[in-house]
Amino acid sequence: MTTHPLGEPIIVMTDVHKSFGELEVIKGVSMTVHKGEVVCIIGPSGSGKSTLIRCINALNPINSGSITVRGIEVNDPRLDTLALRREVGIVFQQYNLFPHKTALENIMMAPLKVLGEDRDTVAERARSLLRKVRLEGKEDAYPGELSGGQQQRVAIARALAMRPEVMLFDEVTAALDPETVKEVLVTIKELAAEGMTCILVTHEMGFAREVADHIYFTDRGVIVEHGPPATFFDEASDPRTKEFLSQIL
Amino acid sequence: MAMIPDRSDLAVLKPFRMQGAPYDAMYHVRWLAGIPLRWVVLLMLLWPTAVLAQSGMAMADTFAALWRWMPFLVTQGFLFNILISLFSMLIGTVLGVVLGLAQISRVRPIRGLSWFITQLFRNSPWLVLLFIVLLALPYEINILGQTFRIPAWMKAVFGLSLPIMANISEIVRGAVISVPSGQWEAAESLGFNRRQTLYEIILPQCFKRMIPPWMNWYAILTMATPLCSLLGVEEIITLSRQAMSAEDNQPELLIPFYGFALVLFFAYCYPIARITIWLERRVSVKF
Repeated sequence: MTTHPLGEPIIVMTDVHKSFGELEVIKGVSMTVHKGEVVCIIGPSGSGKSTLIRCINALNPINSGSITVRGIEVNDPRLDTLALRREVGIVFQQYNLFPHKTALENIMMAPLKVLGEDRDTVAERARSLLRKVRLEGKEDAYPGELSGGQQQRVAIARALAMRPEVMLFDEVTAALDPETVKEVLVTIKELAAEGMTCILVTHEMGFAREVADHIYFTDRGVIVEHGPPATFFDEASDPRTKEFLSQIL
Repeated sequence: MAMIPDRSDLAVLKPFRMQGAPYDAMYHVRWLAGIPLRWVVLLMLLWPTAVLAQSGMAMADTFAALWRWMPFLVTQGFLFNILISLFSMLIGTVLGVVLGLAQISRVRPIRGLSWFITQLFRNSPWLVLLFIVLLALPYEINILGQTFRIPAWMKAVFGLSLPIMANISEIVRGAVISVPSGQWEAAESLGFNRRQTLYEIILPQCFKRMIPPWMNWYAILTMATPLCSLLGVEEIITLSRQAMSAEDNQPELLIPFYGFALVLFFAYCYPIARITIWLERRVSVKF
């Protein structure tokens, strides 16, 4: 856990509601994430954690309320989605690498095609990102030739290549073999230590406790309780939190 | 828990079990490619010898007649069938890709209309389509004062390309929706717009998957080209009939002549089927 003074607010959510048809998944969530902060969202399956972070980069449009990312209002019909997505990188549970492209090409594609950057600069950056996630020598490997943990680290590098202000991690270790979970967690921990603002949805309680500055516990679409890890894990007051923690710890 | 005996004298309704393979869009080439190569070689060698050995003078004569006509039937007839199939495939593929992309358009009327066109031509008898095209298209057209005649074979090419178009359209649509939605999400989260996502990420992944079913339709199309004989196009069946009438329409000629056409189509489609199935295996291993 890092202790540093809070930076400027990067993400501000106010009374966010999200429904899929009749089913309301998020029922009024408010949350503020500051620059450099690492926030973990935990809670039982189906409590709306993943939906919530997908709302931040407008993969799921919200029904009411407000989410701003560095001043960009996500719930705006005239939202400049590209401007938003440059600020927010996301890593998925299923990696979602492009199978027809090599690791290096996966990382280079968006900066080249979306941002229109110069190929040499992008290639340089992509290689250094691969080094950062400890995958030197895997530049020309296709996703199908990499292990789950390696693919997930390429996916992290791919999101970083857009130089986002915030990184979202959506249960990124849930689909991995136990032995490769650690290598991905180490990568995320290093990112957090560098001061990257991170929001993680995770079931890795030990990791959450170690790396998070703030923990939110969600259940049935609302935030039940939140606080710094030390207080959260040891002095949870709400019965729902206590029950969840007793099951998982 | 109650014990359920394995055997019983009572009339017991056993759970229904489906027999045989499920329907497969590529059953045609799969069947064709499933014929072992050595059987093909064996049959090719044995067929004429066996027929000649057991037949009298008349059979030998009919094969002599076939032998005389063979070069003509192949170069004037069968090569024309192949030409028709190639042109139809080309036109059908181009139109089919456009129609298939229209089927996944976000504009509802475009999606609806292209779906309707696809279903219409996919579910119409090919011969009916051929006749409609033959009769609906003019015999000649005027471009800048110049009169061009449209020969029957061009109409046949167009008529055959319509069902191909509709089936390619379905192949494209099916391939696009078979790409996991995570690919769209990942691209979207990286700032790709819909067009870029489709052309840079989704379609390149579809391309490989589309080749085997595409070749499947090519094989089917090639075997459908004799339909053109009903339009008076001078392809192998038309020419075979003419050749037989030149040989006084002896009924003994029917089996050798039409059999020869079968052998030609088989010889052409069998390798295509083998390659298709081989490609399909390679593609499925890769992903």
